[in-house]
Amino acid sequence: MAKKIGLEGSLAISEAVKLSNTDVVAAYPITPQTHIVESLAEMVANGELDAEYVPVESEHSAMSVCLGSSATGARTFTATASQGLELMHEVLYVASSMRLPIVMAVANRALSAPLSVWGDHSDVMAVRDVGWIQVFAENAQEAHDLVLWAFRVGEDPDALLPVMLNIDGFNLSHVTEPVLLNEQADVDKFLPVNRYPLPLHPDKPVTMGAFGPPFIYTEAKKAQEVAFSKSKDVIMKGWDEFEQVFGRKYSPIETYKTDDAETLLLTMGSLSETASLAVDNMRDQGKKVGLLRIRLWRPFPFTELRKAVANTKVLVVLDRCLSIGGPGGPVASEIRSALYDQEKRPKVVSLIGGLGGRDVTPTDFEYMVNRGVEIAEKGSDAEYEMIGVRE
Amino acid sequence: MPITEVRWHGRGGQGAVTSAELIALAAINKDKYAQSFPSFGPERRGAPVQAFLRVGDEPIRVRSEIAEPDVVVVLNPDLLRVVNVTSGLKSGGALIVNTKKSLDEIKSSYGDGFKVATVNAMKIARESIGLPITNTTMIGALLKVSGLLELDDMIGPLEHRFGKVAQKNITAMKRAFEEIIVEGQ
Repeated sequence: MAKKIGLEGSLAISEAVKLSNTDVVAAYPITPQTHIVESLAEMVANGELDAEYVPVESEHSAMSVCLGSSATGARTFTATASQGLELMHEVLYVASSMRLPIVMAVANRALSAPLSVWGDHSDVMAVRDVGWIQVFAENAQEAHDLVLWAFRVGEDPDALLPVMLNIDGFNLSHVTEPVLLNEQADVDKFLPVNRYPLPLHPDKPVTMGAFGPPFIYTEAKKAQEVAFSKSKDVIMKGWDEFEQVFGRKYSPIETYKTDDAETLLLTMGSLSETASLAVDNMRDQGKKVGLLRIRLWRPFPFTELRKAVANTKVLVVLDRCLSIGGPGGPVASEIRSALYDQEKRPKVVSLIGGLGGRDVTPTDFEYMVNRGVEIAEKGSDAEYEMIGVRE
Repeated sequence: MPITEVRWHGRGGQGAVTSAELIALAAINKDKYAQSFPSFGPERRGAPVQAFLRVGDEPIRVRSEIAEPDVVVVLNPDLLRVVNVTSGLKSGGALIVNTKKSLDEIKSSYGDGFKVATVNAMKIARESIGLPITNTTMIGALLKVSGLLELDDMIGPLEHRFGKVAQKNITAMKRAFEEIIVEGQ
């Protein structure tokens, strides 16, 4: 039986990388992700994990090593955050279009300037369109579980896509909490050996990432797009199988007290646990409030979202990222877009908060609900509003 | 037991984070729910830092910093002059200070509304561990005041973390448990 132990979020991830019998880790340390790759380096050094650990001189190189390694069929992992994610940005596209099932943890952190090592979602929102499957974990248990799932889904012959696992920097990466450490036998049952269909091998040459002149580029992109859309089935199957083996159920969107809710909060990542306390408080006051949490960010769960908000009057979206001069927080604007053609749809209020590690409390979430309802009722000229700004 | 919130004040490098974590690990081993984390940010040796600990019998959902603690533990007496350690401390809560001053002296500076406890952890740590590092000593003080766990619950996590020097830390912890002076006791 899986054993419950206290584990830091970062180590919950590295333990899962070990359980996955990962072959190659190439990474550059950056706060707040450092504990993940530090502990992996230790596991490789002391023989706990039989893998090649490649210390590189930058995140650009980290992802480039991952490309080569994954192309040979090696199970490949890396982790990064913030500026590091942006530095590897161009290589992220190569990984997805070459259909390489790399798994990467991102300990979400703000972007400079001013220099901030603290958490928000600015880093990952800048890589929305890179063609990776992307999920957000809520707690250390989920982070631990989703690593296994990420390899399982990414390496599936019907997917062959890289997977990005987002955990909130510090709020998850640096918190010690209870985790059911999965058993190796269960992991082996759930996660088959990586059988990459056309690996690089000196005896059997293949061409990867070839030149794509105008006569073929569009078709190549269409093929990638079709494969990505189809990955939804693999994703769902992965979660079904995960539940069968480990007993924990995951889905694209989580709902909390939404059944009769008139107002819904929507968050991503670890803040949703805090938000659920605000929902409880407001329910006690007789307010019909509920909570949605998007776990699966790419491919975006359109069907599940539309269903979840079908009877909602006001949907208050908290973005931990600013899209300056744009139509609202990145999440809110995507949700507005997803709901625009629905006959019956809630008012979508875009609030921006929790930037650069600003603490968000249950009281803050109660404010968001009240402010969201107020904006929805009175209307507002602004596309979005930043909350908690000291004036 | 509802969730107990403990805020640790120390200086970077003094082990406030380690103590919070060791208690969380011990509590989880006892099938309780617990959470520990540092005041987030770059490591700053010597600077005032905080560590946070929540322990309870139900899953802990809140992830924000502890603004209204039930218990405050101060590892280093000079912090009293630098940091408002009792900020937000709940009425009826407890303030535990490592100091050579008397309970009355601390009490007179920090007034009413919560229980004060003092222990000369520096002396205990020097004698038992041979180092002026008070974090494990103050675990004993916290357990005495809060009753969060039994002393024996800490032995596994301390042995795992400190190996050969675990016994010295265990001795220091037990001494603090015995020697702490708690208001009204």
